[in-house]
Amino acid sequence: MKLTGSKILLESLSLEGVDTIFGYPGGTVINIYDDLMGSSIKHILTRHEQAAVHAADGYARATGKVGVAIATSGPGATNTITGIANAYMDSIPMVVITGQVPTGLIGNDAFQEADLVGITRPITKHNYLVKDIKDLARIIKQAFYIARTGRPGPVVVDLPKDIQMATTKFEYPETVELRGYKPTFSGNVRMIEKAIKMMLSAKKPVLYVGGGATLTDAHAELMELAETLQAPVTTTLMGMASFPTRHPLSLGMLGMHGTYYANMAVTNSDLLIALGARFDDRVTGKIDTFAPHAKIIHVDVDPTSIKKNVRVDLPIVGDLRDVLKKMNKALGEKKEDVAQANEAHKPWLEEIAAWRKEHPMSYKPSKTEIKPQFVIEKLRELSNDDAIITTEVGQHQMWTAQFFEFTQPRTFLSSGGLGTMGYGLPAALGAQAAFPERQVIDVSGDGSFQMNSQELATLVQYRLPVKIVILNNNFLGMVRQWQQLFFDKRYSQTCMELPIDFTKLAEAYGATGLKATKPEEVEEVIKKAFATPGPVIMEFKISREENVMPMVPSGAALNEMVLAS
Amino acid sequence: MRHTISVLVENEFGVLTRIAGLFSGRGFNIESLSVAPTLDPTLSRMTIVTSGDDRIIEQVNKQLNKLIDTIKIIDFTGEDFIEREMALIKVNAEDSTRAEILRICDIFRGKVVDVTPKCYTVEVTGSPVKVNAIIDLLRPMGIKELVRSGPVVLGRGPKGWKGN
Ligand SMILES: Cc1ncc(C[n+]2csc(CCOP(=O)(O)OP(=O)(O)O)c2C)c(N)n1
Ligand SMILES: [Mg+2]
Repeated sequence: MKLTGSKILLESLSLEGVDTIFGYPGGTVINIYDDLMGSSIKHILTRHEQAAVHAADGYARATGKVGVAIATSGPGATNTITGIANAYMDSIPMVVITGQVPTGLIGNDAFQEADLVGITRPITKHNYLVKDIKDLARIIKQAFYIARTGRPGPVVVDLPKDIQMATTKFEYPETVELRGYKPTFSGNVRMIEKAIKMMLSAKKPVLYVGGGATLTDAHAELMELAETLQAPVTTTLMGMASFPTRHPLSLGMLGMHGTYYANMAVTNSDLLIALGARFDDRVTGKIDTFAPHAKIIHVDVDPTSIKKNVRVDLPIVGDLRDVLKKMNKALGEKKEDVAQANEAHKPWLEEIAAWRKEHPMSYKPSKTEIKPQFVIEKLRELSNDDAIITTEVGQHQMWTAQFFEFTQPRTFLSSGGLGTMGYGLPAALGAQAAFPERQVIDVSGDGSFQMNSQELATLVQYRLPVKIVILNNNFLGMVRQWQQLFFDKRYSQTCMELPIDFTKLAEAYGATGLKATKPEEVEEVIKKAFATPGPVIMEFKISREENVMPMVPSGAALNEMVLAS
Repeated sequence: MRHTISVLVENEFGVLTRIAGLFSGRGFNIESLSVAPTLDPTLSRMTIVTSGDDRIIEQVNKQLNKLIDTIKIIDFTGEDFIEREMALIKVNAEDSTRAEILRICDIFRGKVVDVTPKCYTVEVTGSPVKVNAIIDLLRPMGIKELVRSGPVVLGRGPKGWKGN
């Protein structure tokens, strides 16, 4: 039977197991939207295409499945750019479908034409312009395969309107043939053996864990390795929640706003085992002084990540979970050596415990002002263990990473690589769409919230009960902090002169707004929000010039932390 | 250091942009790039001349490999290979210099492929060093226009690479 391009697209999505997509209609996708009316795929209409892509991203991070977003050509498509770049930087599996002007008009500056394949080339894992209806099913199959395998990432499929209307026989390919794309899955056994030797002879090992642990769902394997080796674990922002914060071996986050003890451990370590992490400059600080005494083992599925920023003594290319399984198996066969190594690590763990005691994560409590860290602590205390936390970008993001304790994987969704203000709310929307029954909380700043606040409408319309925490300092706080510390307190354009009543904004959209201005109101507001059905904004008027500490100034070494300001 | 790299890619829409964009986006040098389809019309073979330290060249190779449309890469540096480039050189030909131009052409096994009363167009093929040499010799006569293809390379010996 012959089907139209738009039907083929939707059939293919169903065959890929897609149940929910996020998007926004327009002229060049109107055929697809028409067919969506009879389809079993649920479509969520966001209020901006950027939000549709972030929502698909949040959906993907929370579930591990490929997120799908759709937008019309021209402005709809260009509105997706930030969302795509964000997913690319954090290696999130996603397929973005964009409408395009009919093939005959491409290149003519047609109405709502933009060269989307050209624009998205450097921010996608791969992209396609479909020029022949006969290629459509194959391209969709390939797009999903590329998006989720190897190092995951976003794939754009630009679909001209005439292709959506053309017809052909629909056959969804069973297999993918891409002669140029064969990601290495299986870690090299000889390299793994070498790694085991290094691990067993190290005195001061540190496991440095990035987003790869979440992307490969390697939490159990990571836990096994850490406990077997008795090696401390520090995570990046992207690796957060892949190892429980409260675990005795957990050092929390490392890097610019990492814990004192994580940064000291890395600086003094003799073996750094990097697992699905990519030595971002926010993590390493000054590169020449990063882990100066350590041999480095680097496990990553993407060969380009290895030796990009730092020297590596032992590279292992492969799927992190596969590699960890092999490591655990090998260690399981060397019980005596492991016992000896554990003994040898004891002084190291004591050294770390001393650092932890010397400078634990802390803040100055206040009886009169709401401290943002206090709000995060209360939030952790009062929320469920499986609550999904998203953040925007800024101080509130770092406080969440520092003070919220995560126990379960895929419960912390934050824009790591791109640092996109406006990510958290639509990401929460996507996560809530995937898990209607779970608590989903967006921790936001007053600045970031206004970058996608229109999504309150989407939350209310689809009855997605996202709880929103706004840590309102009436500042672009993170930038203000830099201005305070490095620009002589010259607060150029970081004070939001116009105070906004966010509770009224919530009400305008038909959501609930709650506000706390004193510390003693914090707990009550959070409790009330959790007890209220539907989306709720909790606005906390926090101490305005609170800083995120500790801090490694840009370009300084990890052990040159500023501990308090 | 200078590296000559052959890249076998899908002969598809946009591939050249992907490669060129990769180089510009990551700040890699690109000295020359030549590309044409292979015996198998679904493939194209590119020859790229680039330069950088070991770390950069390692990244160039890995990043090229990472592209979905890239099938195979050979970095010929350190290998035994033949490198050839073609140039077309339009040079002033006065009564006093015509004979000299022809002599130079002869020495370099070049050919005069277009003649007008005032100028010759010379075609020459050889290693980039050889092409440089003939250009230097013809320069005093007055070169009016010049085009070089950028080198193409092939490994020496009987072993063929699928990238035919
Ligand atoms: C889209 C975007 N624009 C600008 C920035 C630069 N930036 C980083 S943090 C920040 C301030 C964020 O303010 P707010 O959301 O109120 O959070 P706070 O730091 O006050 O907690 C800015 C402007 C960014 N990360 N993203
Ligand atoms: Mg703020």
